[in-house]
Amino acid sequence: MNAPTLRLVEDAPVAPLATTRFTVPGMKCAGCIARIERELPKRPGIAAARANFSAKRVAITHDPALDEGALAAALLGLGFEAQTVAEAPLADDGKERKALTRALGVAGFGMMNVMLLSVSVWSGADGATRELFHWLSAVIALPVIAYAGQPFFASAWMALKHRRTNMDVPISIGVILATCLSLYETVTGGRHAFFDSAVMLLFFLLAGRALDAAMRDRTRAGIGALLGRMGKSASVLAPDGSTRRVAARDLRPGMLVLVAAGEALAADGEVVEGTSALDNAMLTGESAPVAAGPGAPVHAGAINLAAPLTVRLTHVAEDTALAEIARLMDEAGQSRSTYVRIADRASRLYAPVVHSLAALAFAGWMIAGAGWHTSLTIAIAVLIITCPCAMGLAVPAAQVVASGALLRRGLLVKDGSALERLAECDVALFDKTGTLTLGEPRADIGGLDAEAKSIALGLAQTSRHPLSRGLVAALLPEGVVPARLDDIRETGGEGLTGRWNGLPVALEKLEGAVPEGAAEGPLLATCLRIGNTRHIIRFHDPLRPDAAVALAALSREGLPASILSGDRAGPVRAIAAALGLAAEAEATPQTKLAALEALKAQGHRPLMVGDGLNDGPALAAAHASIAPGTASDASQQAADAVFIGEGLMPVALAVRIARRTMRIVRENFGFSIIYNLLAVPLALMGLVTPLLAALAMSVSSLVVVANSLRLAREGRA
Amino acid sequence: MTGLALLIPIALGMGLAGLAAFMWSMRAGQYEDIDGAARRILIDEDDWGEGLP
Repeated sequence: MNAPTLRLVEDAPVAPLATTRFTVPGMKCAGCIARIERELPKRPGIAAARANFSAKRVAITHDPALDEGALAAALLGLGFEAQTVAEAPLADDGKERKALTRALGVAGFGMMNVMLLSVSVWSGADGATRELFHWLSAVIALPVIAYAGQPFFASAWMALKHRRTNMDVPISIGVILATCLSLYETVTGGRHAFFDSAVMLLFFLLAGRALDAAMRDRTRAGIGALLGRMGKSASVLAPDGSTRRVAARDLRPGMLVLVAAGEALAADGEVVEGTSALDNAMLTGESAPVAAGPGAPVHAGAINLAAPLTVRLTHVAEDTALAEIARLMDEAGQSRSTYVRIADRASRLYAPVVHSLAALAFAGWMIAGAGWHTSLTIAIAVLIITCPCAMGLAVPAAQVVASGALLRRGLLVKDGSALERLAECDVALFDKTGTLTLGEPRADIGGLDAEAKSIALGLAQTSRHPLSRGLVAALLPEGVVPARLDDIRETGGEGLTGRWNGLPVALEKLEGAVPEGAAEGPLLATCLRIGNTRHIIRFHDPLRPDAAVALAALSREGLPASILSGDRAGPVRAIAAALGLAAEAEATPQTKLAALEALKAQGHRPLMVGDGLNDGPALAAAHASIAPGTASDASQQAADAVFIGEGLMPVALAVRIARRTMRIVRENFGFSIIYNLLAVPLALMGLVTPLLAALAMSVSSLVVVANSLRLAREGRA
Repeated sequence: MTGLALLIPIALGMGLAGLAAFMWSMRAGQYEDIDGAARRILIDEDDWGEGLP
């Protein structure tokens, strides 16, 4: 085992240890796991750390005296941003998948053993041996069916109770009838028992369900790791100057709250004390930090960048600007919940046909005078042969393979329904900041010499201010080595100062207006001072490197794109001209939503790609939506898919692969139908033996799975 | 028939053992972090001792 076992220092007090879970999205390789698990236990109070790489989580066992903040700071010290995992919403994480996998294991066990006995019967076991084998099959199959069939029985029962029918109704009826008839055969010493078919059917169908659940879980883990940057609690200042953490829902207007640098606000309020810069990107999509001093209104979701602020809360919980947008999103998302997935659409047609066919077979053979036993056997054979085994696999198998392929290309699709809707889109709308552009300032370092670059990197790498980070992101790829600096100090709202070979150096706020630059106009600038020389470093928000290529690929798929941005008209026009797109600027969340509704009223199926909270309602209202991994929590939750990285290509790829997936799904359906056309007449004529039923079922399922696996190549190509 | 009396319990027993092993591995969290397990192979075992009490 590579994992460190929990080791306690022997003379430590015997206080019970607490465990806190963090999501750590930055965990990317074995080195990260090793670093976290080795280095954290060296800190005082931390007993052990265990990383879960798949879920991007770290569980820390620690002295209860350490609070979340201290633990997050320890992780940050190792170079990993971390957020505590809220226990409640993720408590039943993966429960459904586990139940399905257990049922799959049981069904697999039952299938193999019953098949073992059935093969002997088919090969000619007779008399007492056959009876013994039938009894043994019954003993194995009955508990297995009772356990592994539950997911289907429960769902079918729910559907019937609401006077609807779904895929699970014919499955349940088929399985239960087959079991009952086989039991009757066994008791009366008959020739044919269908236990193997019933158990195998459950096994294949459970495989489809388990795949579906695994896909949803995997994506949820990925998105869960990205979530959680929103302020969920706040430090409330008591009159005596002490602070305590209060959950966002328990905050009240009038409370005084201390917002540390780097912390997100949990409620709306007004600054009482302190000057700082706020990152409002989540609310407005605007990437430039906004200055905030006493009297300035601040909103939940904004991140305090520079210095601590004292804020008097005005609106909390349901009354914040954030909650208002969330409400809009909720309402806009209603239409999506009525979307009917392709499997259900198919089963609406399929189930009645199957049921009437089986009923007709029974009635027909009864009229022909075959006796109720033969007639029932034939009716069950029809039900089993037509049971949508291949259909149950057709959709999930293709979707799981496709989502795996997309995951390798940096796109997390939330569920199968999202893939289906993505494939149907016919027009694309893009937000500007953070979607077409990177949404973070990048420094223009052309004017700096090697020495200046080295000093700039030395200063900037110590700070978490967005401009510093943008500077580091621009300097590092050039292979700049940071200069050795002493006495580095960061003053909130002012900048960074330090000493280089005795010379005072600084990265500081620019005095006076920012000189206008190229078409877009630099968003921001900072001043690098070395001794007495000053260099002005401009920042701009660059387009994603492959934006033009991705948009061209989208339009080849038949999705003309346009821009729908909340930003000012000037920058929007510049970007629109650069990419050759139509654009609408200065759109509020309401007008964005209205634009989407108008498109839908015209019969279009719009794809919305956006990141800001102001895009949230539009994302929820669109036929399908995609958000970048840097988007606000709410937007990621509203979107059907999230793409990671600097490229925009995953968006175009998502549409292409979604369409190919639907083509494969239709092929799978087509195959199932052809197979039924061949098999049903045989079943109706009473020529289907249990052996034939078992063979037909396995072959059709294998063909469907093999066809779906062709999608895996999409991800590698 | 005597052969069957012996072989069938053996086959069933092996099947049940497999099922039990599967259930155990589910419960023990063997499938919780599949990607992580693949990466942990790359971590050098020797370094674990250092720094720990």
